[in-house]
Amino acid sequence: MAELLKRLTEVGGVSGDEGRVRQLIRQEVSPFVDEVYTDRMGNLIAYKKGKGSGKKVMLCAHMDEVGFIITGIGEDGMLKFKVVGGIDPRVLVSKRVLVGEKGHAGVLGIKAIHLQEPEEREHAVKVKQMYIDIGAVSKEEASQAVKPGDYVVFDSKYVEFGDNKVKAKALDDRAGCAAIIELIKQEQRYGFDLYACFSVQEEVGLRGAEVLGYSINPDIAIVVEGTTCSDVPGVDEHLYTTLMGKGPAITIMDGSSYANKELVGMLVNTAKNEGIPFQFKKGASGGNDAGRIHLARKGVKAATVSIPCRYIHSPSSVMDLDDYKNTITLISAFLKGCEL
Amino acid sequence: MEIKDFLAQLMAIPGISGNEEAVARVISRAFEPYCQEVRTDRFYNVYGRKVDFIKEGMPRIMVAAHMDEIGLMVSDIDERGFIRFTTVGGVDPRILLAQEVEVHGKRKLFGVIGAKPPHLQRPEDARKAIRIKDMAIDVGLPYERVKELVSIGDAITFVSPLMDLKGQMVSGKSLDDRAGVAVLLETMKELDALRFAADVFFVATVQEEVGVRGATISAYRLEPDIGVAIDVTHGDMPDAPRDETFSMNKGPVIAVGPNMHPKLTQKLMDVAREYGMDYMVEVEPRPTGTDARAIQISRRGVPTILIEIPLRYMHTTVETLNLNTVKQAARLLARFIASLKEDWDEWLSY
Repeated sequence: MAELLKRLTEVGGVSGDEGRVRQLIRQEVSPFVDEVYTDRMGNLIAYKKGKGSGKKVMLCAHMDEVGFIITGIGEDGMLKFKVVGGIDPRVLVSKRVLVGEKGHAGVLGIKAIHLQEPEEREHAVKVKQMYIDIGAVSKEEASQAVKPGDYVVFDSKYVEFGDNKVKAKALDDRAGCAAIIELIKQEQRYGFDLYACFSVQEEVGLRGAEVLGYSINPDIAIVVEGTTCSDVPGVDEHLYTTLMGKGPAITIMDGSSYANKELVGMLVNTAKNEGIPFQFKKGASGGNDAGRIHLARKGVKAATVSIPCRYIHSPSSVMDLDDYKNTITLISAFLKGCEL
Repeated sequence: MEIKDFLAQLMAIPGISGNEEAVARVISRAFEPYCQEVRTDRFYNVYGRKVDFIKEGMPRIMVAAHMDEIGLMVSDIDERGFIRFTTVGGVDPRILLAQEVEVHGKRKLFGVIGAKPPHLQRPEDARKAIRIKDMAIDVGLPYERVKELVSIGDAITFVSPLMDLKGQMVSGKSLDDRAGVAVLLETMKELDALRFAADVFFVATVQEEVGVRGATISAYRLEPDIGVAIDVTHGDMPDAPRDETFSMNKGPVIAVGPNMHPKLTQKLMDVAREYGMDYMVEVEPRPTGTDARAIQISRRGVPTILIEIPLRYMHTTVETLNLNTVKQAARLLARFIASLKEDWDEWLSY
């Protein structure tokens, strides 16, 4: 189980460059489903036929992660870049990255503390001040390895630590992808048809899900997301969006949708009946693929189950493995009990 | 051992100032095949002595590079098990967010440096750097476990092993000044192929980052005739002024200024020219922030020179340098040592 998470989080897949993630997921799910196909956006859909009702249940997790894209190469061999998705520029300083499909090693440096004025240290470094150093000493040398448009990801290994915790990049939303893959692998056939969808471009505006919602046209949809967990020092307790280790978080509403009340009720009842820990996601900001799916065609009943992730959208996001496992258990029980 | 493998091994060992014991052990073992004698003192300075042939009046030379690194230290554990910390050596707080660390408690704990997420900060704060007092290390354990394993004062190091960049460029933590220690080892190898009349002590020093303290006591102990410090200086970076930084592929840097002995420095430059070796010159108007600062004023005073390796992003987790420069510095230093004669006292006198 952890092995799949490791492979999924260590592979690079910035929005628009999900190919390697798609390939990995395709291989994982193929033996367990009736059909695997992609659409014109690059979304991957794994289809498992049901025993009869013909109703359609959609599970959705996004394959893409936040990262960077190369915009130019300086005469000195340094790479300029722009951010893809929402990243706080303050997490970029003094980090390792991998550039392009071949994964050329690079670093995001900053001039030494000795060369700074004290007041400089009061201000966050802006992205436009930053550059990536791959060790090339000239534009010519850098150009042999990298070209504008190449994508860049954080270089961050999957590490298990502490009390059942995981550190990795891209837990948002490879954790969701991994959870859905594990659900598919359960040799279960439901009454309804199951569409396990792995979407592209969530981080740049839920764009893959827009197309998926339309083309799948599901009866209900459950989005599985790695969501923000702000239970850290400096945050007032009532502002903790989720709590680490307290189980999957069920969304009531966020910035992109109201979760369908009926589905939320079913999820809560399932958790209570099965004795699975759960929590409600507090705070109504942010959004995810449900925001597009629930507005597809005539409207779709949709809900979101999230795995809390601290330091999300950074190279070192942290998740609790029990939360991850309980997310799978909850959705599995929900699907089994779901009569359509 | 190849220079890169040695550096990779050194960089992987935690050793913030005052906690150099483990690094000292590895350096001591690495020095042994190339030295007549290797010793470690009570501060964990490591001394490797190398002699070729004995000649009356030959100089006693101290060559120093520091093994300690900048890092962090546990200052408090909060009621939810998050670890608060302070810095050891000069650390820019802006490099810390989302950094991976190891907390060296009763056992080694992996952790991540976090802070309040951006969506909960006021928009006007987004442009400000996050202060260390607003950060905490998350080791993923409840309070009771952290309290049991971690104490105030425990060392914290960054996780950032050697990473290969293009060509001979490498990146990672603690290249300042483990690269200098690599110069010491490479110089020993170079000297094995040369004849020299000098009693050379290669010293891997401690506590440089908190005030050149290892060099202070090791210079006193050795009472050298000549001192050489090997350290890093600033490599060129887009966000730093050109005139304060040095090219990454034009050889080592020789420092000039009051901290360095003028005739000895001239001699070093002459040797470089004689062998057609590239070097650059850095002007240091004040006592330098290197071991040379302490060596020069040890006991009755020691004529001292300073050789530096250009390094980008000093005191970060992605310090970057060119391995060629490390080798070039060693070749230069070995030939400089081999050029010294028993008449050193005469021509070094004012």
